Amino acid sequence: MARGQQLFDWLLRLGDNAIVLSHRLAEWCGHGPILEEDLAVTNVSLDLIGQGRLWLSYAAELEGKGRGEDQLAYLRDAGEYRNLLLLEQPNGDYAHTMARQLYFDVWHYYLLRGLTGSRDTRIAEIAEKSLKEVTYHVGRSSEWVITLGDGTSDSHDRMRAAIDDLWMYTGEMFEMDPLEVRMVQDGISVDLAALREPWLARIRSTLEQATLDVPEGSWAQRGGKRGIHTEHLGFLLAEMQFLQRAYPNASW
Amino acid sequence: MPVGEFVNTAVDQPDIKQIWTWLSEVPDPEIPVISVVDLGIVREVTREGDELVVAVTPTYSGCPATEVISRDIEHALRGHGVEKFRLETRLSPPWTTDWISDEGRRRLADYGIAPPPSDGVHEVHIDVGSVGRMPQPVECPRCGSKNTQRVSQFGSTPCKAHYKCRDCLEPFDFFKRL
Repeated sequence: MARGQQLFDWLLRLGDNAIVLSHRLAEWCGHGPILEEDLAVTNVSLDLIGQGRLWLSYAAELEGKGRGEDQLAYLRDAGEYRNLLLLEQPNGDYAHTMARQLYFDVWHYYLLRGLTGSRDTRIAEIAEKSLKEVTYHVGRSSEWVITLGDGTSDSHDRMRAAIDDLWMYTGEMFEMDPLEVRMVQDGISVDLAALREPWLARIRSTLEQATLDVPEGSWAQRGGKRGIHTEHLGFLLAEMQFLQRAYPNASW
Repeated sequence: MPVGEFVNTAVDQPDIKQIWTWLSEVPDPEIPVISVVDLGIVREVTREGDELVVAVTPTYSGCPATEVISRDIEHALRGHGVEKFRLETRLSPPWTTDWISDEGRRRLADYGIAPPPSDGVHEVHIDVGSVGRMPQPVECPRCGSKNTQRVSQFGSTPCKAHYKCRDCLEPFDFFKRL
């Protein structure tokens, strides 16, 4: 496979992670538990849209087939999406939304920190920009998990259930498939397997303060990075892409 | 002879300093008391041949004001008769609130937005021990009290957090340090 094609495929992983999670968070718009939180969670969504646009624009440029960020976001079907399975999982209650966010934010933080040293300067620049925003996200999701975990008995039980339910999707974040290996060899990316230790340390410390245990299961559900998704992604894209599918090339 | 005939009407290009002055009159669309120059998002103005190049950096990567700002800058330059120019988006080094000018900080405070601290300290690393740590005190822009409370990590725009003063009881926005 040509090198440009590999980089394109790999950039889709970064871009799709941001876009898919951004869409999930945007689903809270107008439905947040309190007004302030409605605004806050949609602002995190906004950060992720911005980051997703930067990654997908770069991917589209490299591809050189005349596609842009919009074509990549709105006109690819589920099988062509490369996001982590964790991020397409439904919002559930606020505990589930925040457990998903904590797992991702901490991983995202360590990944971006590594990517600031990428040999590809464009990637390093996008990572450096995103890292500032994601640092704030980590603080936010950590505080929520602690607040809910160390809260009432109902919020504690819900937070525990969410942490347990989503645990099996975390293993995929550290998966080193041939494409990731190639990116490390080329000096583009970092060894994802090596992110597990700092990730787990931060998760453990947060869960301890939240009076919750780190789940024990080691079985990991995977496939998203290769385009094999859970049934939820299709529904998400149906909503996200409806306008472009119904009215091709519509813009405003 | 009318004075006008002595005016040099050749393709006279305004100097860079003049361009900066014009740009400093372009307000931020969401916080109109502060200009795009005071906000620190105009990074460089240069000339390449006869083309003017204005480098602009986004505050937050998803900030919807970014596109409006570019349009406003274009509009301002055209309004002053500059025709040949292009805007360049620059990501690196990433924008920091340290680039907000002193004048900008003063205007923010007058407007009721607590300006970001400018001590040059940036939380670029998360500290495992820092989970749940209280953020440093933010001064109420109305009464000056430091007895304030954070209500939400985000306010009306991505660059702000929502606070409340425990003394004068007024809610206010805090321009977060980035």
